[in-house]
Amino acid sequence: MPVLVLAEHDHRSLKSSTLNALSAAQKLGGEVHVLVAGNDAGGAADAAAKVVGVAKVLLADAPQLAYPTAEAVAGVLLSLANSGSYTHFVAPATGFGKNVMPRVAAKLDVAQVSDVMAVESPDTFVRPIYAGNAFATVQATDAVKVLTIRTTAFDPAASGGATAPIERIDVAADDGVTKVVSQELTKTARPELGSARIIVSGGRGLGSGENFRMLEQLADKLNAAIGASRAAVDAGYVPNDYQVGQTGKIVAPDLYIAVGISGAIQHLAGMKDSKVIVAINKDPEAPIFQIADYGLVGDLFELIPALTAELG
Amino acid sequence: MKLLVATKRVVDFNVKVRVRADGSGVETANVKMSMNPFDEIAVEEAVRLKEKGIATEIVAVSCGPVGAQETLRTALALGADRAILVETSEDLQPLAVAKLLRAVVDREQPKMVILGKQAIDDDSNQTGQMLAALLDWPQATFASKVDIVGDSVTVKREIDGGLETIEMRLPAIVTTDLRLNEPRYATLPNIMKAKKKPLESLTPAALGVDVTPRLKTLKVVEPPKRKGGGRVADVKELVSKLRNEAKVLP
Repeated sequence: MPVLVLAEHDHRSLKSSTLNALSAAQKLGGEVHVLVAGNDAGGAADAAAKVVGVAKVLLADAPQLAYPTAEAVAGVLLSLANSGSYTHFVAPATGFGKNVMPRVAAKLDVAQVSDVMAVESPDTFVRPIYAGNAFATVQATDAVKVLTIRTTAFDPAASGGATAPIERIDVAADDGVTKVVSQELTKTARPELGSARIIVSGGRGLGSGENFRMLEQLADKLNAAIGASRAAVDAGYVPNDYQVGQTGKIVAPDLYIAVGISGAIQHLAGMKDSKVIVAINKDPEAPIFQIADYGLVGDLFELIPALTAELG
Repeated sequence: MKLLVATKRVVDFNVKVRVRADGSGVETANVKMSMNPFDEIAVEEAVRLKEKGIATEIVAVSCGPVGAQETLRTALALGADRAILVETSEDLQPLAVAKLLRAVVDREQPKMVILGKQAIDDDSNQTGQMLAALLDWPQATFASKVDIVGDSVTVKREIDGGLETIEMRLPAIVTTDLRLNEPRYATLPNIMKAKKKPLESLTPAALGVDVTPRLKTLKVVEPPKRKGGGRVADVKELVSKLRNEAKVLP
């Protein structure tokens, strides 16, 4: 009962989310294959072939997959569903995976299990509901299972195994119905938010985008990623991809420093699995303090520079 | 151009849900219910398209128990013209809802269907994409801007690394994200007018859809409680604890 994992990549290399998804896939008990759908994506395919536990890499390489649409990627997965005998289709529960996988499930007329946190058996999974305030154990009764994986719940699969074979597959022509016109990607040298070990996160209390520079200085000292609450993104202080929360990024770093963040249920949903939580807020009643390991009540405009200085 | 907007009645986003001790699920009896926040954004977007003269009719649809009528009356008060309730007390999962919506699309022939990107109760984030697949329509998920020009719709969407702009030929599916718009409040006069707007009730059987759930919930439990409430007096103490106690500093 082979498992097909949809790789998330930038054509040259794999994104770390793929490694977490592969870890989850390996618990399903079948042979694990990886699909790399991209353009000039040999680098990503080579990287996938070296991950421990991967038996085969399928490479769908075509210009129309340079900026892949859900329709195009789902199309490749479905062509493999028809010819292969996959029992499971797996992708990371990132914006990419969430966009594609339900199309596959619906075409196969099967249910999808979103945001899997634990694999109890090839057909039984644990997933969060109600913003992670409850965990549901669900059993998928369809013969084929479609899963998206909560990346923070699985360690990344290791690389350095024997190189698996890479097989090129055909890609259907672009039907021209959807076109990716442009992308505006945030450029940063910081670690990726979804997999960073330390995150410094700012909320409404920061007051402006300018003030986020203070957090950047702190983040520099810690080699941290920068995150934000919904309020900070809505107010335009930072771009949308910084948002941590129920419907933004789910993170579980070793250290999460929440600055000027009140701690709404929806924000907690995105960061309460962090190993250590620090909260800095001038309101001692802020809900964030209830889940913080170390809470510091005070004016962030004094405390953050002081913290940065103290770190030497 | 006719628009179809899908709405779901969910536990209000402010409610701190409690898990039943017997593991059977989350306590929803006597708990405040509201329209799913992302669906409010969907309704608002449809109403704005009508105000711009692009949409001529907005049909709001909801699938669920009879209480979902409340959600539909809210949609009507916000500006939808007609509502359809597909009534069932069955545990509806995204695939079944997508099939019901497809049947409604076949009946109503809208040019675009707008849905919330996910429901805040099951957090599945599947229905819009599944509907698009069943219809063989293009999709634009996590929309933060929607522009319809002639036969095409241009959508700016929120993606993992930032923003992406895609252009699709109509008919198409759009799912809404937080920043697409800020929904209006229903005014009292509009709430009163909504009582007279048509609300039709259908059943899955009448639409020829089998809504048997495919996922069986074995149990629902509370997540492990996180011990919090720790305090430090100042920055020095914080750094010392992070370094020596928590050992998380590089």
